[in-house]
Amino acid sequence: MKRFWIGSGMASVLVAAAFTLASCGGGSSTTEAPKTADSGTAPAGPAPTPDLDNGGTVTGKVTFDGTAPKMAILDVSANPVCQKAHASAPLRSEEVVVNPNGTLKNVFVWVSAGLPDKTWQVPTTPVEIDQNGCEYKPHVIALMAGQPLSIKNSDPTNHNIHPQPSVNQEFNESQAPGTPAISKTFPRQEIMIPVKCNVHNWMRSYISVVSHPFFAVTGDDGTYTIKGLPPGTYTIEIVHEKYGKQQQQVTVGAKESKNLDFTVKG
Amino acid sequence: MDWPRRSCAFARGHLFRAMDNHWLHRFTILVAVCTFLLVIAGSLVTSNDAALSVPDWPLSYGKLIPPLEGGIRYEFAHRALAALVAALTITLAVWMERAGSLRWMRRVGWVAVVAVLAQAALGGLVVRLITPKAATIAHACLAQLCFGLVVALAAGQSMQLDELPRLNEPAPLAAAVALFGQTILGAMVRYGATGVAYHIIGAAIATILVMWAGLRIPLRRPALALLTLTFSQVFLGVGAYMARVVNLTVPQPLPLTVSFTVAHVAVGSLAFGAAVVLTMAPPLAHEGVALA
Repeated sequence: MKRFWIGSGMASVLVAAAFTLASCGGGSSTTEAPKTADSGTAPAGPAPTPDLDNGGTVTGKVTFDGTAPKMAILDVSANPVCQKAHASAPLRSEEVVVNPNGTLKNVFVWVSAGLPDKTWQVPTTPVEIDQNGCEYKPHVIALMAGQPLSIKNSDPTNHNIHPQPSVNQEFNESQAPGTPAISKTFPRQEIMIPVKCNVHNWMRSYISVVSHPFFAVTGDDGTYTIKGLPPGTYTIEIVHEKYGKQQQQVTVGAKESKNLDFTVKG
Repeated sequence: MDWPRRSCAFARGHLFRAMDNHWLHRFTILVAVCTFLLVIAGSLVTSNDAALSVPDWPLSYGKLIPPLEGGIRYEFAHRALAALVAALTITLAVWMERAGSLRWMRRVGWVAVVAVLAQAALGGLVVRLITPKAATIAHACLAQLCFGLVVALAAGQSMQLDELPRLNEPAPLAAAVALFGQTILGAMVRYGATGVAYHIIGAAIATILVMWAGLRIPLRRPALALLTLTFSQVFLGVGAYMARVVNLTVPQPLPLTVSFTVAHVAVGSLAFGAAVVLTMAPPLAHEGVALA
């Protein structure tokens, strides 16, 4: 009798584990409807969009102060396809990219405070991230909560895309070469979600999800532009994967343009 | 009249049983070696950040054999070795049952089967639920227990123990418990569930307990092995930590960090195995009789 109970107990544990495995999924659904960032419910009536004609504009640049660090060469020898893609020049880490004009690339810039309590219209145009040459292009992307994210694989090799958010749903999906783009959405605001590929452990990227449309990422000239802001006083925050955050206040009026530069010490 | 034939049959049966036990013991050692290799394979997966390189389970990229590239190589090798160890452990339990092994050994054999199947299910959970901390830590710890169970079987066969040894000497058991506690703490540090300070304090306590066990049972190979392994383990732990700290600004995982971390896990398993062997040693052996 005792044996029977022990045996039954073990069988129950294994069956329960099998059911758990069968029922668990691998992340958020690709068909998830876009939702607003704060409430998590669909907005009632037409949601506002940035007033590009009458709104204020904040522009600026992020300057790097110091000697540009030499980024490490990434060992891509684990995959011949990746090795071939970087046969002419080695792949370097994009953790710190200082532009030739002394500015910093891949800095996420956004309005972190001061906006009126509104639910903004979510763009339906997807933001694209491509796995190309065994690296993520672009390295830092930003999109609105609920906006589609299109994940492409242009490489003739397998990748897995694995964002590691804290407040959004984590997912991990494989993407074979030549397969269609994967579409995902993040329903909640979350800044600088790390993204990695576990097949190629050097591949790193960051996704920022914002509940409003007032954000930018610095590019090859290190500048940013945020347009269509309603008149008011705002906190502009920059976030860099290595150097962290900085904030400044700015006040803009209707049709007014303000310059707001940042300096990041290396 | 019939007794010579009977004697011959008895002698032949005895011989076959002795041969059977001999091969059973060898097979148990093989299972222990494969389980140890599986622990190393698991550590290679984690150290190379390849745990989720295959997002599906039990299949791999929807196939039995996925494209073997990048991190997939580590993860698939781990899965293949796990399947082999599961098959070997089940075979061992069935063999012991059929060979009429001692009751406690048969029981431990089946416990090992349940442990190894639970370990496979946990591995699947880790993949499907995307590395939940509790399941990932449990997966690391259960691996050590699976190894310990098979080592206990091999040691029991080697020492020809008729029954599970009674606790005559608490020092080896305390050392085994402390070393297993270190496995739990090490896994917690690795998966960010706690800081490294607890693991360092645990290392100090485990080392003291191992030295106590070594002093209580002197001049014995398992005791010496346990002491050597534990001291090496402390060195490897420091190496693994320093390799990470010194290269904080360099993209991980670096081969140096991977090597130290995998060696730290492997030697930790061996130290735990040695402590299990020492715990099982009969009282006579405690008094200075060297084990075969």
